[in-house]
Amino acid sequence: MEQDVNIKIIDRDGVIHQVLAPTDMAMNLMEVVRSYELAPEGTIGICGGMAMCASCQCYVNSQHELPEMQDDEEAMLSEAFYVKNNSRLGCQIQMTQEMEGLEVELAPES
Amino acid sequence: MIKTDILIIGAGPTGLFTVFEAGLLKLKCHLIDALPQPGGQCSEIYPKKPIYDIPGFPEILADDLTQNLLEQCKQFEPGFTLGERAETIDKQDDGTFVVTTNKGTQHQAPVIAIAGGLGSFEPRKPLIHNITDFEDKGVEYIIKDPEIYRDKNVVIAGGGDSALDWSIFLSDVASKVSLIHRRNEFRGHLDSVEKVQELKNKGKITLITPAEITGIIGDHDLKGVVVKESDNVHIDKEYVLECDHFIPLFGLSPKLGPIANWGLEIEKNAIKVNNALDYQTNIPGVFAIGDVNTYPGKLKLILCGFHEATLMCQAAYKIINPGKRYVMKYTTVAGIDGFDGTRKEAPKAVVKKIE
Repeated sequence: MEQDVNIKIIDRDGVIHQVLAPTDMAMNLMEVVRSYELAPEGTIGICGGMAMCASCQCYVNSQHELPEMQDDEEAMLSEAFYVKNNSRLGCQIQMTQEMEGLEVELAPES
Repeated sequence: MIKTDILIIGAGPTGLFTVFEAGLLKLKCHLIDALPQPGGQCSEIYPKKPIYDIPGFPEILADDLTQNLLEQCKQFEPGFTLGERAETIDKQDDGTFVVTTNKGTQHQAPVIAIAGGLGSFEPRKPLIHNITDFEDKGVEYIIKDPEIYRDKNVVIAGGGDSALDWSIFLSDVASKVSLIHRRNEFRGHLDSVEKVQELKNKGKITLITPAEITGIIGDHDLKGVVVKESDNVHIDKEYVLECDHFIPLFGLSPKLGPIANWGLEIEKNAIKVNNALDYQTNIPGVFAIGDVNTYPGKLKLILCGFHEATLMCQAAYKIINPGKRYVMKYTTVAGIDGFDGTRKEAPKAVVKKIE
């Protein structure tokens, strides 16, 4: 269990979930949300995690140092709706030890 | 009325492979898809992405997989109704179903195979409060007939391939094309980006970046759009840009859509099926295969869709040919007899004495 990290996720209805995410299964934040079914299937991770649909957009509310945004994520977010300064695509945030205590909120479906 | 044996809703990989498996059983197929081209997500979302888990293909581009599936099933002459969304289903007295599209095209078949993936692709509408008031009155999310833009003043918004490609195309048709995007960078094929650059330099495309449309002006028809230029350095600039048409191109997102109202059992945005037997839904004669269905342990993988399509076709055969005997044949043994008169078969073994 020492590999798991604690993540706080606010779903699209405003409900707060404290979840444990494994760090050794190459999971990203979008997949953590799906594994806990915090958003209905078919409304998140539509492209499968290729940064090509923005259905996993979330707002990062904690001050964690996140992996730098790549061009494709930045481009996708520039076409997405409800984008804020702290928007990221969940599929581009890998679960690592550094993510312990991460706090995110799922952006509305669009 | 288009008549067929199996009406497939969704022309993605699962739907296309169904044509092949049905053809082996001498069943004819017709496909309906909301997209203008076959391939489903493979052609719409990630055509240039390699897929690594198609059995027998260590690596294949999604677009190549689509082309291969079309090639594999072509001798079974599938019919296509493309660019139309299956809207309603009506059971007839003779047990067949009539499926009507949003454009009124009617299809009749004894077996329906819903291979609809995550649903039909609908345009993503930008968050402009009054945009719906101007739909089809100057606002179009999909370009169906480029001729309506001839000699018109057109504003396109978006930063992907479709925004670039249509800006290029319409620069020869419309009197003026303005392309608006939230950033200076565009996400598209390099040659499209370069072409837009060239047209911008020639003055054939007006590029407004970084900017977005925040409002729409008009009384009955569209008169203009409100442009907000903001680059986080200068003070935001907001002004009205006159135009005859506003085309927001922000991609498509799949929605289960009208199928959700067909009386099918839905769970987690997917259609519940009997996976112990034949992937039939709660409506006898209506099957759901591929990503659109759900059952305990379901995995949304193309390879699972192929398997489900194969078993579903066997069940369809029994519905269409009640009581008729059949045993599954291997293509290595029986070859393939196309509906177009072609025949593929293994070459005969050479029997020759060695002296």
